[in-house]
Amino acid sequence: MQAHLRMLDSTPDGLNSGKSPLLRTIGLTKRYGDFLANDCIDIDIRPGEIHAVLGENGAGKSTLVKAIYGLVQPSAGEIHWQGQPIVLSGPADARKRGIGMVFQHFSLFDNLTVAENVALGLDGKESFKDISARLAQVSKTYGLPLDPRREVWQLSVGERQRIEIVRALMQDPKFLILDEPTAVLTPQEADQLFIVLERLKAEGRAILYISHKLDEVKRLCDTATILRGGRKVETCNPRRETAASLARMMVGGEIREVNAASSRKTTVPRLVVNDLSLEPGEAHGVRLDHISFELRGGEILGIAGVAGNGQDELFAALSGERLSKHPDTVVIEGIAAGRLSITQRRRLGAAFVPEERLGHGTAPRMKLSENALLTGHAASGMVRRGFINSAAALKTVDLATETFDVRKAKRDPEAASLSGGNLQKFIVGREILRNPAVLVVSQPTWGVDAGAAAVIRQALLDLAAAGAAVLVTSQDLDELAEIADRIAVMFHGRLSAPLAASEATREKLGLLMGGSSLEPQEAVHAVGA
Amino acid sequence: MQLVLEKRAERSGTIALVSPLIAVGLTIATMVILFAILGKNPLLALHAYFIAPLTDGYSLQEIAVKATPLVMIAIGLSLCYLAKAWNIGAEGQFLIGAVAGSWIAVRTQGTDAGAWVLPAMLILAAAAGALYALIPAICKVRFGASEILTSLMLVYVADLFLDYLVRGPWRDPHGFNFPTTAEFDPVATVPLLIEGGRLHLGSIIALLVVAAAAILLGRTIKGFEIRVVGAAPRAARFGGFKADRLVILTFAISGALAGLAGIIEVAGPIGHLQPGISPGYGFTAIIVAFLGRLNPLGILVAGLFLALTFIGGEQAQIAMKIPLDVTKVFQGILLFYVLACDSLILYRFKLVFPNRQVTRGAG
Repeated sequence: MQAHLRMLDSTPDGLNSGKSPLLRTIGLTKRYGDFLANDCIDIDIRPGEIHAVLGENGAGKSTLVKAIYGLVQPSAGEIHWQGQPIVLSGPADARKRGIGMVFQHFSLFDNLTVAENVALGLDGKESFKDISARLAQVSKTYGLPLDPRREVWQLSVGERQRIEIVRALMQDPKFLILDEPTAVLTPQEADQLFIVLERLKAEGRAILYISHKLDEVKRLCDTATILRGGRKVETCNPRRETAASLARMMVGGEIREVNAASSRKTTVPRLVVNDLSLEPGEAHGVRLDHISFELRGGEILGIAGVAGNGQDELFAALSGERLSKHPDTVVIEGIAAGRLSITQRRRLGAAFVPEERLGHGTAPRMKLSENALLTGHAASGMVRRGFINSAAALKTVDLATETFDVRKAKRDPEAASLSGGNLQKFIVGREILRNPAVLVVSQPTWGVDAGAAAVIRQALLDLAAAGAAVLVTSQDLDELAEIADRIAVMFHGRLSAPLAASEATREKLGLLMGGSSLEPQEAVHAVGA
Repeated sequence: MQLVLEKRAERSGTIALVSPLIAVGLTIATMVILFAILGKNPLLALHAYFIAPLTDGYSLQEIAVKATPLVMIAIGLSLCYLAKAWNIGAEGQFLIGAVAGSWIAVRTQGTDAGAWVLPAMLILAAAAGALYALIPAICKVRFGASEILTSLMLVYVADLFLDYLVRGPWRDPHGFNFPTTAEFDPVATVPLLIEGGRLHLGSIIALLVVAAAAILLGRTIKGFEIRVVGAAPRAARFGGFKADRLVILTFAISGALAGLAGIIEVAGPIGHLQPGISPGYGFTAIIVAFLGRLNPLGILVAGLFLALTFIGGEQAQIAMKIPLDVTKVFQGILLFYVLACDSLILYRFKLVFPNRQVTRGAG
């Protein structure tokens, strides 16, 4: 077996490469029950090419690359590697053949050092000393600075991604898969990554680049394969397409434009945060550091930032899932609420939409009506003297379904059976139907299809226009630019002063997201260093 | 061809109803094999176990009497288990309830104490059971101690405490040195429903408990809270429900019901306090709770069925010399199958035929 594999690997590159594909899938199909995640996908990837796979969430991008990386077995179809049909027994097999992958969600141990993490991820029998040396060398060659002795929890998300990339490069792959690599990076960090990718391309390696960000793909990729609903729509040269034409192929129609009500009037302060500091609730969590802001009725405040900079902690402190030390750190509708429970805060007119839809925003295996009750029991007619009014709960479901176009198989299904976009519409709808004075929402359109995202953004704008104060945390700068009046940035548990949306250029936000200050004296300091 | 478990999009309501029946069927099939190995005629054994007890009035009453403590305890346990709080110590809470209630019976023995005695015994037994269950609950909430271990260990403490009392301070002076209290006075005894029969008031109380639990879980926000905390803890916290408070509450209710069942058993069918007042009701009730799908009505049916195995086991012992321990084997196997069949609610079996085999390039 071993000898056989080696024989395959030793096929001289020169013979097959050039114009012939390094990797090719023919009719690749993956079925989960009745659901076709991938339906007859043909794709050719040539050496020295950056090949984008574009698609909405749920289009089948992840399934496709998992099949190519040996993580899932295709139900039908073939994978050809260097001209030969192969069956991958698992990721280790893929790595042995020269296929590497960098996942969107990192698999790193927080308490171990960079070198230890790399060593754990390598298949061979190399000594730890050799690995450390090679790590230093690879990271230097490709301009990916890393200190092998630092523990992972001290590193930024961008640095953590570097570990994953270096770990993949240390296997000297002919073919590298990157799953949404820029989702967690600041614009500046993304630029650095692109330089590395161009260099890998120049070395004759092939790169499969999964994304839904059109500008990136147009800028970086030579070829783009667009997936929609598990099927391949087209393979094209993204540089010859416009962003709009790519988007049409991805979504399969024009996307509804969001009309920002430009003339919203701000009224009284509805949500005020005064010097909020909070120790992290769990190990390696982020400490909230003297956060203050004021949010008025009719206004949408956006909070940008790379994930893991305290956004989750801020949400918990605002919602009351974690209590502050002092009551007046969080003021809702003029009432000091820092020590009030989430239920009491809801009764003051606040509503919350957390980032995680299943398991946090809803109980996955419970019906939608029960999930309406989950937050509705605090302040609505759903509960009288301890008894549930199930008709009222069901009415909320019907109303949310109608108002926000929630598509589902029956009247009152389990939350887990809805698609991400429809469930998110239900959750947002459930909260908006309570007519909140304050809405705190985290990643409102994360992993949601474009149609649902437009509905949700419009709902947030309408809510603000009706006089509510809306706080939106998002990693999607385009989204914030579209709906927010002011944008502040979170970094290491601190919140920057909000910028008016008109002044918040990508460049400024990017600097703040990377921890730089916009103050001039900081720049001087940087030069001196 | 390959058999795989595949996740369902939504939990199957049909299977949720059918899965306990499948489990019972599989258990009976296993028992047939077991009887055959023991050299007994399986058909006769099954008849003795499951048919014979249903054919005469005395046995039918006895089934209800045995089901009473099982159902009461299992209802309490189901609340704990729905909230994912694992009370394994109902047996101990049962014994402590019996002891606490008996204390009033022993102290009022031979006095002219009135009709208040029995209600006082029931209340004290429930309170004692609840307090005893609070020990593991508080240890879990305050110190993070595993309630599975602490509640189980407290069973043996309760068992030995009862043993000490009936061999020492509470022993009947006219009891020929048997480790038992004197027979309780009539005012300290649970009244019979049928004169000269076995059925007693406790069975009515058990039915009321079932009804109350059905209303609690199906109609009230507290019941919803219990279900959400168990099913999705993070969502429950987001909903404003406090898991710790619920652990305390469900343990207290479950302990109170077990304690109540304990005193009803002692002041009812047994009539005095002695060691061995429970043939493992507190443990069998765990099976009842799961076999009944943690649903009050399901638990009522499951309690009657498990009671049938107790009575049937006795009949099979008398008629066919099948060891009484076979009943416990039966109950154990049943629990295994119940838990195994539960996976069918979220998963289904599927036959998968291999796709076109792609051979490795042989060069």
